[in-house]
This record gives sequence, C-alpha cells and structure tokens, in this order.
Amino acid sequence: MADGRPAVIRARPWAVACFLLPALLLLGALVVYPIGYSLWRSLFDAPGTGFVGLDNYREMFANPAIRRALQNNLIWILVAPALATALGLIFAVLTERIRWSTAFKLVIFMPMAISMLAAGIIFRLVYEADPDRGVANAILVSVNDTFSEGAPWPDARPRPDSGLEPGPEESLVATEPAAVGEPALLPLVGVAPPRVADAGQAVEPEPAPDAVVGVVWLDFAPGGGGDPGVVDENERGLPGMVVEAVRDGTVIATATAGADGTFSLPAEADGAELRLAASNFAASFNGVDWLGPTLVTPAIIGSYVWMWAGFAMVLIAAGLAGVPREMLEAARVDGANEWQVFRRITVPLLAPVLAVVLVTLMINVLKIFDLVLIIAPGSTQPDANVLALQLYFSSFGTSPNQGLGSAIAVFLLLLVVPVMIFNIRRLRQERKG
Amino acid sequence: MATALALTTACGGDNGDDGNNGGGGDGGDNGGSVESSIELPDLSGERLEIAAVWTGAEQANFMSAVAEFESRTGAEVSFVPSGDNVATFVGQKIAGGAAPDIVVLPQVGVLHEFAEQGWAAPVDDAVMEQLNANYAAGWRDLGAHDGEQYGVYVKAANKSLIWYNTTAFENAGVSEPETWDEFIEVARTISDSGTPPVSVAGSDGWTLTDWFENIYLSQAGPEMYDQLAAHEIPWTDESVTEALTTLADLFGSDQLLAGGPDGALRTDFPTSVTQTFADLENPAAGMVYEGDFVASVIADGTDAVVGEDALVFPFPAVGGEPPVVSGGDVAVALAPDGEASEAQMALLAWFASADAARIWAEGGGFLSPNRELDTSAYPDDVQRDIAEALIAAGDDFRFDLSDQAPAAFGGTTGQGMWQALQDFLRDPEDISGVQEYLESEAARAYGD
Repeated sequence: MADGRPAVIRARPWAVACFLLPALLLLGALVVYPIGYSLWRSLFDAPGTGFVGLDNYREMFANPAIRRALQNNLIWILVAPALATALGLIFAVLTERIRWSTAFKLVIFMPMAISMLAAGIIFRLVYEADPDRGVANAILVSVNDTFSEGAPWPDARPRPDSGLEPGPEESLVATEPAAVGEPALLPLVGVAPPRVADAGQAVEPEPAPDAVVGVVWLDFAPGGGGDPGVVDENERGLPGMVVEAVRDGTVIATATAGADGTFSLPAEADGAELRLAASNFAASFNGVDWLGPTLVTPAIIGSYVWMWAGFAMVLIAAGLAGVPREMLEAARVDGANEWQVFRRITVPLLAPVLAVVLVTLMINVLKIFDLVLIIAPGSTQPDANVLALQLYFSSFGTSPNQGLGSAIAVFLLLLVVPVMIFNIRRLRQERKG
Repeated sequence: MATALALTTACGGDNGDDGNNGGGGDGGDNGGSVESSIELPDLSGERLEIAAVWTGAEQANFMSAVAEFESRTGAEVSFVPSGDNVATFVGQKIAGGAAPDIVVLPQVGVLHEFAEQGWAAPVDDAVMEQLNANYAAGWRDLGAHDGEQYGVYVKAANKSLIWYNTTAFENAGVSEPETWDEFIEVARTISDSGTPPVSVAGSDGWTLTDWFENIYLSQAGPEMYDQLAAHEIPWTDESVTEALTTLADLFGSDQLLAGGPDGALRTDFPTSVTQTFADLENPAAGMVYEGDFVASVIADGTDAVVGEDALVFPFPAVGGEPPVVSGGDVAVALAPDGEASEAQMALLAWFASADAARIWAEGGGFLSPNRELDTSAYPDDVQRDIAEALIAAGDDFRFDLSDQAPAAFGGTTGQGMWQALQDFLRDPEDISGVQEYLESEAARAYGD
C-alpha cells in the first residue's frame, strides 16, 4: 500500500489536486487569508489608510490596560488549566470504583453542556456581593453567623461632639466619667425607624442616690425635629445596648439598657469611664467582595474551573481505564499504600493523557473572553481584563482601532504557537511509537 | 385638548395642498400659522431609512412622530436599530454602500467626525428656518460644524437632577436643598435618621463623570467648562482640584454613600435607581443623581410612582448658579456621495418642528429642546418641570463634557474619565494622582 500512493500522485496529479482543492479553498479562505490579512492590517493605523510599521505593537506594550491584560492572561494560563486538570484527575480516580460513578460523572460533566455566556450569567449571580442574592456570600455569611452572633445595633453611631468618642475596637467611650446622682446621656443616631419599632419612648432617668444611671437612645425623632443631646418626645430607646464601666482598663460593672434605653450601674462605678461595648456595634460580616479589584480574576477562574473540570475528568477517566490493573495490583502486593500507588504508578502512566488535557485547556484559556466580559462588573473590568477581551474592545469598542486589534490578535496567535508545536510533536511521537 | 384635535384635522386636510408648495418654497409666514407649524412637500413613493440607538418603548414613541410625517407627505420611513456604537455602525453601512438616510447620534463628537469626512449633508433653508424659529442658539450651534449647520437636536436630556425618595425625606424631616452645602447637610441629616443618603452608580463610569461635570460647571463657570471640554486648560488645573475636593465631601464619606465607596463601585446605574425606590417603607438610599431618564427606570423597575413617591430637585448650586448639564441626540442627514434629497431635508425639518415634538412628548419619556413646544404636551408634572427648567436655561446650559470629548477619553470603560473617577471614588484622598492620570489620558485622546 505504501508503494501505491506515490504512483497515483505521479500518474494523475490533477486527480489529487481535485481532491485537495475543496479543503485547500476552505482552509485558505477561512484560516490562511484571515491570518494574513490580520498581519497586514496590524501594520496600519485606525482608518486603515496610513502605514505605521510596528507602531501598533509598540502601543500594545506601552498601553497599561493591555499590559494588565497580558499579566492576567499569564495568571490564567498558569492557574486555570493546572487547577482544572488536578480536579479532573481527583474526580476521575475517586469515581473509578464507586457504584454510581456514571451518575456522578454526569453531574460533574454537566456544566460543559452550558454555554460560556450562560455560565457567566450564573456566576455573576453567584458572586453577587449582597448575601441575600449571591449564593457564595450567602454560604460564607451563614457559616459565619453560626459561630458568631450579630451585633444588635451595627448602624448606630454618635453625632460628632455629642459626648461619645470612638474607643478601642468598635466601642464608644463617653467623654464624661460616670457619676452617681448625675444621669449619663448617651445619644446615638443612624438607626432606621423600622429597626426601633419595638423599642419604647426614651426616658431620662431620675438621679438615684446609690447608683449610676443613664440612658442610651436614638437621638433622632422620625420626621426630624428634636434637639441634639436632649431626650425628646418620639425618640426611642436602644434596648439591649451593653454599657460597661471601666476603671484602669478593667471592666468593673456591666448593665444592659431596657426598652426605654435606661440602664443602672452599681455605685462603685462612680468616677469610672462609661463605655458602650464593641459587641453592640461590630459590623456584621457581609461576605467577601468577590468581584472587587483583587478577587475578580481568581473568582472568574473559579467559574472556568467549574465548567472545565468535568471535561478533564472524562478524558482522564478514559485514560485511567487503559491503565493495566496488574501493575497496580503488583504494587499493592509489594506493600505500596494507595497514595504511593497513585503517585508512583497511576500518575506516571497517565502522563500522556494529562499532557493532552493540560495543553488543550491552555489553548482554550488563551482565548478566554465571554466569562470575563460577563462576570466582571464595569468598575473592575480593567482589573479582570484579558487579551481576547482587549482585542474586542480595541477593534470594536468606542474609538475602534482595528490596527491595534489586529496586532493583539497576531500576538495571541504567537502565544498559541509554542503550545501548538508541542502538541504536534507529541502527536508525531505517538505515531512513531 | 380642543386645539390638539383641531391641529390633527387641519393636518389631515393639508396633505393634498402641500404637494404644490414644494420643499424650498415655504414662506416666512409659517411661524405665525396657528394650525400647523410646518408645511411639508408631497413625497409619495419616497423611501427613507432612519438609524438610531432606540429600542422598545423609546423606538415606538419616536416612530409615532415619524408616522405623522408619513401621513402628511406620503413617504415611507423605516427604522433600523444601530446598536450602541452608532459611529461604527454607520461606517460599516457607508463602506457597504447602503447608508441610512437619517442617523440619530448621541455624541456631539461623532457629528463633527461625520461632517469632516463628508458623510453628513448640511441642512437646507427650510430646516434652517424651523431651527431659527424653534431652537435656542445654544442647541442650534451644537448641531453645527465649522459654521455650517448639519444636525437637528431631536431629543434632549436634563442631567442636572437629583431624585429622592419622599419617605426618606419625611423620616429625616428635611426639604429640597438649593446649594451644595445644604445638600451635604441634608445628606448628613438623612444619614442620622438611619437611611443611607446618596446612591451612586460607581460601576458605570458615565454617572461619575456627570457628577463631576455638574459640580465643575457650577463652580468654575461656563467659560472654564468650555475650555476644559476643548482641553484648552489642563486637567491638572486648580479649578479641577477644587471641583474634585468638593466632590470628595460626598465621595470621601462612608456615611453619605449607600454601601460606602466599595458598595457604590459595585452598583450599576439601574440598581442605583431601584435601590432608592424599591422599598418605600425603609429605603436603601434616600437620593440618587442622574438625568430625566431616571423616571423610566423607576417606572420599569419599582412600584414607586413618579410625582408621589419619587420627586426631583435641580442639582444644587456649588458656586453662584446651579448647573444645567444636558445631553441629547442629534439627527443628521447622510449623503456620503453627493447632495441630500428633498425627502431627507423634509424629515429633518419635520423633526425641528413643534408638531413633531408635541406628538413625541405626548408619549412620555422624552424631553424636547424645542422652545416652541407647548409644555402642556408632557404627560406629567415632573416631566413638565424638568422640560421647563431646560428651556428656561436658554443658552446657559452646557452639553455633557464627556460626550464632547473623544470617546477614548470620555466614553470608554477602563480608561479616561470613567476610570479616573472610579479610582477617585475608591480613594478620594488622592486628588492630584487622579488629576495627573486625567491629564495624561486627555493628552493621548485629544492628540496633543
């Protein structure tokens, strides 16, 4: 057979040309021509009329936005494929021997069936900062809340110069020391009316001969009015507020405000410092700012891994099926534990498959676009920028410059080339082997 | 109501006669005409295509004004949505030899670009006559390039408005502020009452540029504003420092911004409006700043009723006069290779007429720069007040600075003004850093 083919080519070259022509035409029109034109276009300015040489490439590396995109692409290519492959490997090995493995694999593989755009929208919601809407923060907040109790008055704060100053942590310290016979007035503001609906009218307590008394209240009557620092009609107490008397840094007495905001401390608190405990105010944990400038890229990589770990798992599981059982058994008989079997036998035998998965994902990650466009909000989009997205904005955004866009496209192509060469080499070796 | 009816019957009857008059032959007596403010030629069999960004209800409203043109002239007009990037859209169409006849542009910079490239056609005498009769010089000049009139401003936006939740104001017992100091004081009081006072859409850079422009216009004055818009004074100028310092009164305070600066940076424009008006018992924010179009977001996204739960006051005066920053859409006739047709000019003249503005205004969600429009045409009081404020400003309004600037500086995510002001919202202490960034970006975008 090997001898037959050249004979045909020699005898009827036109037949060969005929057979090759459709493929050549398609490849030429859809691959070679666009690449060539992009190269050509990247040497011209925005309107496409003036030749600028390599200026677009220079601009590309001088532009801070594009440099940022390059940096993010680097993070992506180092982290995302490795993470997806590692997770895929773990899933594949773990599911190999469980009974419902097919069902399990199906579930893991399912995200692959979703378009990038839909996945982007899903994760935009998952990462929503408001714990009532974003499931990621909802989980964090509910876990946090099981271990620590929320403060009763997180919003309450003093007016400036109202006799309360910020103390250690988030506590508030009264500027006047406690005194028997002189009720302490501790006014706070900033609490929304519905939150004090259950509280009673605030009352200024009568001076007591044998106790330090005072009132903690919301110094703001709904509808305005009322004098600052004075308990007016319609102003509510702040029940449950913990008041501490502190002397030389140690708490000597504690009291809790009643429904009308009044509290009473024993007489020995006389002369001590009055402090509203930090536990009253500690701002409740509101989750993590997933889409903020620092976490936005890792967060998007997370959503990518969610999509592609299933792909990695399926390929690796297929490779795993080809690993000879006898070798694993032999190792076990020789006294290797499961970790050693995995580390020394399974992984080396799977290496070719792992390489295929890793390289495929690398190529895929280089052109990542949709997830970043959809998940990153406007204010942090520059922090999440990647080359493909920048290509799009440069070419088709406001003030389009398709010369610069083409230059980015050519650069992306150059980035893919080494991975491609690696892939082709590997394929050749496999054929020889 | 009676006049409106009389008008429509009169218009219907005019159809046949108008054909004899021709487009250019209109006399000067039109302005005085009681029945119709414009005479149009017979254009039976003519086909026109309009491209604009509008979709949905906005498009339907616009088309109702166009439908009247069709019935008066017999021309057929079709609508093509252009997508957000009108310049690119038109460029492609012209390259393909199928340019729309009329295009409506949201950025004044694009008009200049089109005029320079010879794509746009100058208006004829009939259009000029309508413009002179109905438009303040300021609005006319915005549609001109190098002394030649190219465009007709068909729609205006008043971007000097602050919308507020009446519950929040009642709870705090405050009233509408008139100066910036009063505004900050009102915001503090609202904060004391337990409602986060100001909702800022930091995720959308354009809302931040509008904040800055209002403050700058009121504080530094219209002349400085024009110079800054043309980049004749650098962004490192002291007046910019002053405006940013003023803005930092608000942006630099955790208590005055709903969600603090970080929360504001996560908030996009629709959310900034809905969070202010969604909960009428215990609002998540008391006030939100943006143009007249906030009304439609309130109507679409919340149960609040504009005029009852949601009211509006003019942007407070920072310097002597309160600012009037406006935006708008300009209709331009495209004639990339040759003269514009009679039909194109007739449609532009129609857009410049009070009749067209009245039909469009009745549909709501629309503000006309046409000063001859009887404001009773607006469907509600809030819109009428906004429109009257805009017309009353006469020539003292200024066009949105970021829309005048090159798009790379004034209208692109991640660069120029948008990025600079987001950085400023993140760190309001670093005013000089923001100014240096603005100046370097402006130098690049303006190409000097």
